[in-house]
Amino acid sequence: MNGKLVISSSPHLRTIQSVQSVMLDVLIALGPVAAVAIFLFGYRALITMSVAVFAAMLTEALWLRQLNIFGDGSAAVTGLLLAMTLPPDVVWWIPAIGSVVAIIVGKQVFGGVGNNIFNPALVGRAVLLTSWGAHLVGPIWPVPKPFHFMADISAVSGATPLAGEAEALGISLNQLLIGNFAGCLGETSALALLLGGFWLLYKGHIDWRIPGGFIGTVWLMGTLFGGGFYENSVSTGLFHVLAGGVLLGALFMATDMVTSPVTPWGKLIFGVGCGLITMLIRLFGTYPEGVTFAILTMNALTPLLDKFTIPRKFGEVKQVA
Amino acid sequence: MGVAFFKGGVHPEYRKELTSSLAITAAPLPEKVVIPLQQHIGAPCEPLVEIGDHVKTGQKIGQSESFVSAPVHAAISGEVTAIGPYNHCLGRQVEAITIESDGEDNWDEAIRPVENPEGCTPEELRALIREAGIVGMGGATFPAHVKLAPPEGKIIDTVIINGAECEPYLTADHRLMLERPDEIVFGLEIMMKVLGAEKGIIGIEDNKADAVRVMKQAVGERAAIAVVPLKTKYPQGAEKMLIEVVTRRRVPSGGLPLDVGVVNHNTGTAVAVADALKKGKPLIERVVTVTGEGVGRPANLLVRVGTLVGDLLELCGGLKEETRKLIVGGPMMGLAQPTADLPVIKGTSGIVALTAEEVDLYESSTCIRCARCVEVCPINLVPTFIARAAEFEQFDRAERLHAADCIECGCCTYICPARIPLTQWIRIAKAEVLSRRKR
Repeated sequence: MNGKLVISSSPHLRTIQSVQSVMLDVLIALGPVAAVAIFLFGYRALITMSVAVFAAMLTEALWLRQLNIFGDGSAAVTGLLLAMTLPPDVVWWIPAIGSVVAIIVGKQVFGGVGNNIFNPALVGRAVLLTSWGAHLVGPIWPVPKPFHFMADISAVSGATPLAGEAEALGISLNQLLIGNFAGCLGETSALALLLGGFWLLYKGHIDWRIPGGFIGTVWLMGTLFGGGFYENSVSTGLFHVLAGGVLLGALFMATDMVTSPVTPWGKLIFGVGCGLITMLIRLFGTYPEGVTFAILTMNALTPLLDKFTIPRKFGEVKQVA
Repeated sequence: MGVAFFKGGVHPEYRKELTSSLAITAAPLPEKVVIPLQQHIGAPCEPLVEIGDHVKTGQKIGQSESFVSAPVHAAISGEVTAIGPYNHCLGRQVEAITIESDGEDNWDEAIRPVENPEGCTPEELRALIREAGIVGMGGATFPAHVKLAPPEGKIIDTVIINGAECEPYLTADHRLMLERPDEIVFGLEIMMKVLGAEKGIIGIEDNKADAVRVMKQAVGERAAIAVVPLKTKYPQGAEKMLIEVVTRRRVPSGGLPLDVGVVNHNTGTAVAVADALKKGKPLIERVVTVTGEGVGRPANLLVRVGTLVGDLLELCGGLKEETRKLIVGGPMMGLAQPTADLPVIKGTSGIVALTAEEVDLYESSTCIRCARCVEVCPINLVPTFIARAAEFEQFDRAERLHAADCIECGCCTYICPARIPLTQWIRIAKAEVLSRRKR
């Protein structure tokens, strides 16, 4: 034996997982969603995603003065998630500004990864929405052109299903499942989102309670208060789950580890709260979509939720058989 | 498929294949042993010998009047050459008796089998077990006779033999179950008799299917004893987890197994009890797994208590160049040592040498609140919050977060992707909380 023995406190074995590997898994989970976005909207989707990811990584690297632009991978995740919330034909500087804001205002001013209160990607989106809203929402949306990578998607326009009852009725639930309709990059294909979500569940990076609570609440509220304009009230509930940003939000945004509770009950309440606020905004608010502000609001409540849901320790209640 | 405890736990790389198929071999008689006067929880022993005395194998050389204490015995015959502080695996020096071998291994004539142990009263059996110096051999080293003497009014109906051996790398208990199953069953029956318990349970992780089979065979027709296969999951062998799984009873927070009518003993302890009664042998030897990628020839060795770890490593081909960590015990809960110049004690179940590959020296980063530690904690704590409270010396907060309930299994540190030494922080908080309670 050569050299010195290392002395440290037990345990002496560590999992091979690291913050970087967790972030890589999230990127992998977003793979199908990104692929479908490119398939549906062509090169414009690729540009939007690339600009957002690159701007986020560059901002973080500059802020932290580190040479490794990928770093722990969290900036890439933020950039890609932000891109997913943008319209396919958005002008290039929108994702760039959004990513810079997401990294600096959403994350680094709080102390960097782990310390931010709000989901950085949604902070970026919220700033874009309130500053350049016309670029993000509007009555006219590009309609997907599958198989046409170089297509000029803005030539054919339509409305998003959430714009109104008439628009909603123009799109079938099957269409919503596959994603062949107008919408943001990452919110059109429910199947791709679910695939990514299941991957994250399988890898243990997300807990079922947040997406479960979120999606379940949206479905329940949509069924009870959605007005039943779809085929029946149950499918109206389903419509609310599949249309818009609920799946993207529930599986990828609300589950952001840093900004959601760590306790099991906290997670469930967090998810239900997200669903509740989303539907309140959709059904009674002025915006057609409420996922962004629902999650940001619940982010603010996370410390409180953690505080009041500390699990009962082993043996606290005598369960003598 | 075995049954598993309810919540949490991790699946580290077990690496038991390094030694699991190697039969226990007796290590050659050591030239020197160092017997610490404190090898167990409780009061230290006073030496009964002086420098220059000649002692025989098995002769009692240290004892204490205190109830929570067990005597120590000479593990070899020879001359007492030193009595004084010596390195101890707990990380400090402890009074110890050094014996240099005369090479004869002359056993004390007083050592004779107990005649008709089945006919002894519980009190007699307890006294015999205490005199044999038997302590918990899974590592906790609590004097066995104390656990066999429940306070007035506590009724013990179940004795559990812990054959889970959930620590990675270690195979000492596995080999004992394969090679000495009858002694384990005999030891268990004696303990049941002492406690008046009507039920005995032997819990074994299902990665040791052969041990389950052999133990079932050894138990045979006995209706009072059950062999229960357990799902392989660390820390399945932790006292509270094991009790919950095999009895469906939960030890209350801050309580002891006897509060739910259960007493737990290790397989090695059961064998020691059998040896003490059938052969009259005090606890002067035990099985130690010497293993890890840093060891030349891993082995399961029957070792005299007091043998120096360095001598054992020599027997096993020495430490390899790339060894970076030397652990006494298992890699999840064992203690890293700065030197091999320390003795095997009664609770030493393994010596594990890890190489640079297994010894991560990552810098820890900020907690990303992934909640993995919350998921794996078998006691249902929120390790990251306790660790943070400890970091900022908010010990009241740590206490409210139940820091004192931590069983220090290490799952949280193991799983943490930010590589935060959570268990270490919680230990600091736990020590502070417990010392404040005493004040």
